[in-house]
Amino acid sequence: MSPRSFSTPLLRVHGISKNYGHHVALRSASFDLWPGEVLAIVGESGSGKTTLLNTIAARNRPDQGRVEFAVRDGGLQDIYAMSQAQQRLLARTDWGFVHQNPADGLRMDVSAGANVGERLMGLGHRHYGKLRAIATDWLERVEIDANRIDDTPQMFSGGMRQRLQIARNLVTQPRLVFMDEPTSGLDVSVQARLLDLLRQLNRNMQLAVVIVTHDLAVARLLAHRMVVMHRGAVVESGLTDQLLDDPQHPYTQLLVSSVLQP
Amino acid sequence: MNEPMLLAGTGETPMHETLAAGENFNFAYLDERTKRMIRRAILKAIAIPGYQVPFGSREMPLPYGWGTGGIQVTASVIGPLDVFKVIDQGADDTVNAINIRRFFERTTGVKITTHTSQATLIQTRHRIPEDPLTEGQVLVYQVPVPEPMQRLEPREAETRILHSLAEYGLMHVKLYEDIAKHGHIASTYDYPVMVNNRYIMSPSPIPKFDNPKMHLNPALQLFGAGREKRIYAVPPYTTVENLGFEDYPFEIQSWNVPCEICGATDTFLDEVITDDAGTRLHMCSDSNHCEARQNAGGVAP
Amino acid sequence: MNKPLLQLKAVAKVFTLHNQNSLQIPVFDHIDLEVSAGECVVLDGPSGMGKSTLLKLIYANYRSNSGQILVTGADAVALDVAQATPRELIALRQQTIGYVSQFLRVIPRVSALDIVAESLMEEGMADPQLWESACTEAKQWLSRLRIPERLWSLPPATFSGGEQQRINIARNMIKPRPLLLLDEPTASLDAANTNTVIELIHEARARGAAIVGIFHDVHVGQAVATRHVSVTNFRGVAQ
Repeated sequence: MSPRSFSTPLLRVHGISKNYGHHVALRSASFDLWPGEVLAIVGESGSGKTTLLNTIAARNRPDQGRVEFAVRDGGLQDIYAMSQAQQRLLARTDWGFVHQNPADGLRMDVSAGANVGERLMGLGHRHYGKLRAIATDWLERVEIDANRIDDTPQMFSGGMRQRLQIARNLVTQPRLVFMDEPTSGLDVSVQARLLDLLRQLNRNMQLAVVIVTHDLAVARLLAHRMVVMHRGAVVESGLTDQLLDDPQHPYTQLLVSSVLQP
Repeated sequence: MNEPMLLAGTGETPMHETLAAGENFNFAYLDERTKRMIRRAILKAIAIPGYQVPFGSREMPLPYGWGTGGIQVTASVIGPLDVFKVIDQGADDTVNAINIRRFFERTTGVKITTHTSQATLIQTRHRIPEDPLTEGQVLVYQVPVPEPMQRLEPREAETRILHSLAEYGLMHVKLYEDIAKHGHIASTYDYPVMVNNRYIMSPSPIPKFDNPKMHLNPALQLFGAGREKRIYAVPPYTTVENLGFEDYPFEIQSWNVPCEICGATDTFLDEVITDDAGTRLHMCSDSNHCEARQNAGGVAP
Repeated sequence: MNKPLLQLKAVAKVFTLHNQNSLQIPVFDHIDLEVSAGECVVLDGPSGMGKSTLLKLIYANYRSNSGQILVTGADAVALDVAQATPRELIALRQQTIGYVSQFLRVIPRVSALDIVAESLMEEGMADPQLWESACTEAKQWLSRLRIPERLWSLPPATFSGGEQQRINIARNMIKPRPLLLLDEPTASLDAANTNTVIELIHEARARGAAIVGIFHDVHVGQAVATRHVSVTNFRGVAQ
């Protein structure tokens, strides 16, 4: 049976807008996301892509529109109608958020093992040995040497910190992960490693991902679908390869043709 | 009831000494409005065991870090019929304990004692008396840092949210780190506890040896932090559980020697260096308890 | 009785280059084409006439301007590619349409074996036993296409054009799908491997697949075709 036979989308975004005074940061964005899908939000600086990500991740209330998430034991629920407690619980269990700068998504002065185990401890896991075993397993899955489990991220390279951030987010098997430019600032070979990891996690865990990126190659590699933003509006959306190979909108065409091919 | 004991040989002011000319303090130093404010905070704290209630900490005649919180709580609950005891690290006769006791003698005229069983109100710094407390007694703790997660999360705005949502994963992170670094939970003082199955609380820097005494204690336990401006409480017969892991549970300290003065094997011992050669002596931290045991015939080994 | 697996009805395609003064490049005026199970339609026409474009329209890699592209999958339901949602198209590509493009799009770090085996795994099924059998089958295909075993664990970025193309073929033909689109699959292959590909195409036909292919080598086209279609028929008069 195809794992895609679900009746409701995992995330439904409908008509969300956001203004800062006169500045229109976001202009009525809508899309559905289904389990296991990777959606890339691409655009240049100031396009509104990060604003969009933050509104759908319950980090920034939109001025208009709704964001609904299919909670585990129930249907689609408006995330902004939830209590703060419910939102925070969601953020720690069924969702993940990978920051551009890993230091924003990690406890830098706490060991790698504790960083990975924290969500579980927050859910009531009380066996040190088992927590450590789970943390070790995850470190291996993100290709961090398990011997570094007691080191703090201060001692890790940028790529390792980013992979640790991913492990920290995925330990509770979330169904949806938001990522804000996760590969920015990393060396190309390190990026490749991280993207490979994300690709596998998406495949093996049926993980839905919304990834903001300005790098079309990242979108090509990871995303099934893509949304192109320009000045706060979604100018085009569809299958990633279609948008990159046969862009319709003038701005999309400009974006695609501007990318240097090595 | 015995006559209140005056400690001999300390040069302490007799209790009947009048205030110096010109001094005119309200009963227990604080004005009635302030007491009312603090009592309201205490009532709220008792209604929500373990929850830190903010209060308007007053300027006291001693600086922060010397027990102003405990003093304000005591000053708000003390009455003329109370019998008052003060200990500092278990001893009635340290400079701090003496000064605090003098302060209340001068401003209230209440009877004072060093016997735990005779006191109705006990103010303590960093220890719980060895003698079990009874219903009707009140224990006031001096607290330096009321927030148990302060080291891990210095932002108060964030810790308030964590407490309100009972999000305590972070506290267990600290314990995890201890085990990873030291092979065991390293906190020997101020060991965090879960009160009434709801709030995580700092018991103040009492040794973890004392933590079990807090659990289902018949006495009322009040906590005052003057600098941080917080009051919290553990009402009588409230559950106070120690955090830990299933495979690294909470354990109290033990010594392999008894008290070298009274022979007790079940008390918290201080290790005292007695001469320049570094000779060590183990003795009960609770001076009153040790003395009582000696009088009852307990002997050094 | 043989309901066509693939139907293109009045499909038109024009490229509009907005950043070059909205320059228009018309490709197709009116495509009408039906392909049934067991057929192998070979597209003919000079280079640049849009043969690859036609395949890409069917695969939803390119977007048509008008008309219908109906694909009937195993569930006997016809889906119009031109109107389908992204989710439907993703499922269609998973289950119904296989596409061997002209060039292998190389993913860094993934070995040749993994690239081929992955296409047998439904997304989200990390069953180790399934993976085992997928790898076994992938190895059979790599052997058949004469990829040396020492290359199986290497990412194909450094392979020759011919080797890359064989990986591409294996990846996209290993999972049996009702509709197969082949864009110059034998372009960089020697005679032996070209014959292997011809065999694979015959086997696909035999199991009931419908095939639409472009072959630069006339002999290969003749060896596999049940029918030839010239794409110039679909272009407008002025072209």
